[in-house]
Amino acid sequence: MKKYVLRRLAGAVPLVLGIATIVFFLTSLAPGDPADFVIAPGVTQEVREQLRANYGLDDPIPVRYVKWVGQAARGNLGHSLTYSRPVIDVVGEFLPNTLILSGTALILSFLIGIVVGTIQADRQYSIFDSSMSVVLLFFYSMPSFWLSLMLIMTMSLFARNVWDLPIWFPASGMESVNNPQMSPIQAFLDRLWHLALPALSLSLVLTAGIARYMRTSMLEVIRQDYVRTAMAKGLSREVVVFKHALRNALLPIITLVGLYLPFLFSGTVFIEYVFAWPGMGRALVDAALQRDYSLVMGGSLFFATIVVVANLVADLLYAVIDPRIRYD
Amino acid sequence: MTDRVARAASVVWPGVPHLAGRGSIVGLGAAVVWAGMLAVLVTRFDRVVEGVTGGWDERVAVLVVFASLVACWTWSWRALGRMEAERSGAPLAGRTQWSLAARAFSKNRTAVFGAGVIVLLYLVALITPLIAPHDPNAQYDLVQQRLVSMSSTFPLGTDHLARDVLSRLLYGARISLTIGFVAVGISVTLGTLLGAVAGYVGGFVDSAIMRVVDMMISFPRLILLITVIAIFEPSIFLIIAVLGLTLWPATARLVRSEVLSLREREFVQAAEALGYSKPRIVFRHLIPNALGPVIVAATLGIGNTIVLEAGLSFLGLGVQPPTPSWGTMVADGRHQLLGAWWLATFPGLAIVFTVLAFNLVGDGLRDALDPRLRR
Repeated sequence: MKKYVLRRLAGAVPLVLGIATIVFFLTSLAPGDPADFVIAPGVTQEVREQLRANYGLDDPIPVRYVKWVGQAARGNLGHSLTYSRPVIDVVGEFLPNTLILSGTALILSFLIGIVVGTIQADRQYSIFDSSMSVVLLFFYSMPSFWLSLMLIMTMSLFARNVWDLPIWFPASGMESVNNPQMSPIQAFLDRLWHLALPALSLSLVLTAGIARYMRTSMLEVIRQDYVRTAMAKGLSREVVVFKHALRNALLPIITLVGLYLPFLFSGTVFIEYVFAWPGMGRALVDAALQRDYSLVMGGSLFFATIVVVANLVADLLYAVIDPRIRYD
Repeated sequence: MTDRVARAASVVWPGVPHLAGRGSIVGLGAAVVWAGMLAVLVTRFDRVVEGVTGGWDERVAVLVVFASLVACWTWSWRALGRMEAERSGAPLAGRTQWSLAARAFSKNRTAVFGAGVIVLLYLVALITPLIAPHDPNAQYDLVQQRLVSMSSTFPLGTDHLARDVLSRLLYGARISLTIGFVAVGISVTLGTLLGAVAGYVGGFVDSAIMRVVDMMISFPRLILLITVIAIFEPSIFLIIAVLGLTLWPATARLVRSEVLSLREREFVQAAEALGYSKPRIVFRHLIPNALGPVIVAATLGIGNTIVLEAGLSFLGLGVQPPTPSWGTMVADGRHQLLGAWWLATFPGLAIVFTVLAFNLVGDGLRDALDPRLRR
């Protein structure tokens, strides 16, 4: 076990380094001079040279690569041109918002997916089973940006302005303008209220895959001897399914968390864009469009590292909780 | 006697005689395509005549109309022949793996329905120049015909530049379906080759390829796409290339694991013992047997790619205006959600139903191609 953990850890380091290398060469081989963005048109050649030297843009590419990797390993990701602040500060400001959104969506989608998948497996080939499959596949086929627009249209704009419903949700932002003046409980509820639509649209798209996986896993477990024994003992079906079978059916779902993170982060880009959520995904799109390469490099390095670490943790957890699996 | 009636009916309206029997969904499809193409021929006769001497798009469209009429006819005639032969007890042809899979697939009604939707989508996309009510980029009266609701002149209304939404939707289908098909084609070819080589050759080649695969899979794909597209100028060719070159790792991983298990099978060992060359073993023995899961992944991949392309266009990084694309149309409707709800709704629905059809077919293929899942 110890050996397996060490081997996996040793494998993760070159993976992150490799991703950093791809990101670096992609952005540094791009046509166009990033310095052009901050330099006003009438500036003399000397000032231009000075600025390029300040940003370290006049070094040859291999030198810049070694410098960048060396600094990144020490936690210095360079300076963002658009924000005029260290990249690490910008990431520190936006990443928590993204993690709140994606974390809520992740929990929500796994909760819905696990419950729906379990009930589907329990009543295989019933009307609930087949209709849920169709409904989930429908959401699965939906682009998340369109789903969030439709939610904004119905549950925010139309609910408020046309249908005069008593409940409507905000269409954008993380909190109301007067949030700082609210009492702590009110402020928290206000944030939750703003989180509802983005988290829902992000999780609905993911739920289908989880529910399907859960259904298959549950169907395998339900046919095992110990489940039949529990039934034969006279326990009710609910107890057997939700207490005895669910525990074992949940095991393979853990690896799914790691696998779903890249999809989740891709999804947050659109959701943050549509809902004007001040998160990392949106900041990254803006940075890419404005050629703020140090922010693009730093931000995508962060995302990739989170994915690698999460996959590592999921695999290790799986090895810990499932004694049937041996890794050596 | 009934056979003759059926044959006669199939000449008048192919597909109709099949509606009663087995495989009625395919019959329905043929009947619908036949009637639709005939309707196009009659109502748009002037455009068909013009199209024969027109540009490539129009010529292809005219060709597709006639080709599908002929295809419906021959299919109906030959299928009736098969049914008669089956009833008279003629010996059935030998069954290959593929024909068994096709049989299993045809029993899955939702999957066959999805396949029908895909065929219809591609046909409609091909004959769009003949059936679109307006020029997709024509701007009508900006004062009086901007953002008008659904009417007989503009079946799905007009957008903020007074362009017909239905025509743009039809032309947008061409973009989405082409990009999905070509990008997945590139990635599947690349992934199958690299995965098979990695799995069969092993050693250093294997670990080199698989490390790249690991890296690309743990990289959030959208962020990679955004970075590359933002660096270069967005264009359709760049989108296709970038989408195609970033999807292959998943296929490569799939093919490699298949090849790893196939490599130990007796038929591959027999091929090796016979002294066949490595390329021959890879192309003739390994890849055909690993193709089942690849086909499933490719079908599902087309759906995902269409969603991704729409997303990039939505962010302004995909197909550039004025070329109509479903993603940009949703983006255009984004600011008119309250005043003109149809703008964002219909292109989105088009994406959902297209992708849903691909997903249904992919699921059906998964069940049909895996002997363990056949019921």
